[in-house]
Amino acid sequence: MAHDAPSTHMKPAIELRDVACTFISKDDPGQRYTAVEQVNLTVGAGEFVSVVGPTGCGKSTLLNVAAGLLAPSQGTAHVFGEPLHDVNTRAGYMFQTESLMPWRTALQNVMAGLEFRDTPEPEARAQAEDWLRRVGLGGFGDRYPHQLSGGMRKRTSLAQTLVLDPDIILMDEPFSALDIQTRQLMENEVLALWSGEGRRATPSPKHSASEGHQRKAILFITHDLDEAIAMSDRVVIMSAGPAARVIGEFTIDMARPRDVAEVKKTPRFLELHAAIWAVLREEVLKGYQQQLQKVA
Amino acid sequence: MWNLIKPRAATLRLWQIGILVLIFVFWHAMTKPGLLPNFMFDNDRQAAFFFGEPLKIFERIWVWFVTDADIYIHLYVTLAETLMAFGIGAASGLGAGLWLALSPMASAILEPYIKALNSMPRIILAPIFAVWFGLGMASKVALGVTLVFFIVFFNVYQGVKEVSPVVLANARMLGANKKQLLRYVYLPSATSWVFSSLHTSVGLAFVGAVVGEYLGSSRGVGYLILQAEGQFDINTVMAGILVLTCFALVLDGAVSKIEKRLMKWQPKAGETEKL
Repeated sequence: MAHDAPSTHMKPAIELRDVACTFISKDDPGQRYTAVEQVNLTVGAGEFVSVVGPTGCGKSTLLNVAAGLLAPSQGTAHVFGEPLHDVNTRAGYMFQTESLMPWRTALQNVMAGLEFRDTPEPEARAQAEDWLRRVGLGGFGDRYPHQLSGGMRKRTSLAQTLVLDPDIILMDEPFSALDIQTRQLMENEVLALWSGEGRRATPSPKHSASEGHQRKAILFITHDLDEAIAMSDRVVIMSAGPAARVIGEFTIDMARPRDVAEVKKTPRFLELHAAIWAVLREEVLKGYQQQLQKVA
Repeated sequence: MWNLIKPRAATLRLWQIGILVLIFVFWHAMTKPGLLPNFMFDNDRQAAFFFGEPLKIFERIWVWFVTDADIYIHLYVTLAETLMAFGIGAASGLGAGLWLALSPMASAILEPYIKALNSMPRIILAPIFAVWFGLGMASKVALGVTLVFFIVFFNVYQGVKEVSPVVLANARMLGANKKQLLRYVYLPSATSWVFSSLHTSVGLAFVGAVVGEYLGSSRGVGYLILQAEGQFDINTVMAGILVLTCFALVLDGAVSKIEKRLMKWQPKAGETEKL
């Protein structure tokens, strides 16, 4: 890994132990669906971990468990060593679908989390404006979500999450609805913000103890293998659902900072891609077959 | 000539007013005794007796508002009843809707009662309210409230149920506690539903007030109409209806105005910015 490895004394940011999630149909309690089973997943402090898997394998379920929005049927979730009971207060969550409050302007949306924490209004406004500028939406603070493009709404979501300075960021296919160019732009921006470029305001000497702490842990869910390899330190592969589990794990040993478009042309990327795809391929086909059967 | 007045955005008002004038001209022509030969009734005064005459109706309104200036107290009473019924009904509907939507157990227990109260023909409560609250304004307000409450209640209930689960989860992740969720998520989300119901309910508040007055009162426009009806004075009845209609339109316009201000976050079709 090119960046500092998380210090060993630090507890992992997220630790899922033997997690299983079974959903029961509300209309028919006999109908059960086990989304994930026996999942062990660890995200170190400051580590960027991607989870890939075929559609419908329960990736989002895992993320919701890590967020504390969903209690697992079995197993435990720990955040920095503490068992998770309620909403994960140390994490920010970027949702796959529209999550901005449509009745608030972009600025008010970014301010929302600070307001919930009773930050004084002028301070909250200043911080929110600063973050809007950092995600490139300086002049758009007074727009309502419907007046923004899809990419701009994602940026607003990003600012909304980052303004709270969480130690963990959970991302659920945040860019899947974007066109390929916007997507690459956003991916690079996320990487830059994550690796500390976006925090120039508070300079900290490299290799200092605070550096590892400042870097956020990211749990990134995607179905796009390219995206996962290009961005992460580690890629975790899940099997096809139901009862999906972790079937593989690859450390991405490519130098940072990376440019998501450039890195995809390097031989190491192609090697890793081939290796991971060999594991993932079968599962994708299995998942596809199951979906076909469901339709038939 | 046709191109000049062809229906389009600019001549919209012209057409609207034109239709109104046409209706009154038609009404006048059909009812004015001796203007047209009789073809419906035996007597040429009968049409005027049944339908009233526009000119006399306007004269009546003129007398009410200008010459005698004696309608204001009645109008005041009716409007005050309407606004009170509207305010109390909307506020309690909003409160009850939020409460029941957020506590599933309470809503499950109360569901049959709410359904029963809603399907009951509530206008029939008017005489009972007259007994309970007397012939003053209170009984009319009570009737209006029962009409407004359920409309707003059901809309808020629906509105809260349909809050986007993602927006809700996002607010929770951003650290909102229960109270903040209510204030920053549920309430604004329900507001759009409330407004769609307020147009209906402002009309119903009016209905409650006027029907209440009609069934027993000593003041109000409904009372004026009842009095005139007792004397077969169809012109005054029509004048009362016209006045009520105008004020209902004004109230509805006021609701639209507030809605426009509070709901400016809602997307409108084909909205582009002129640069």
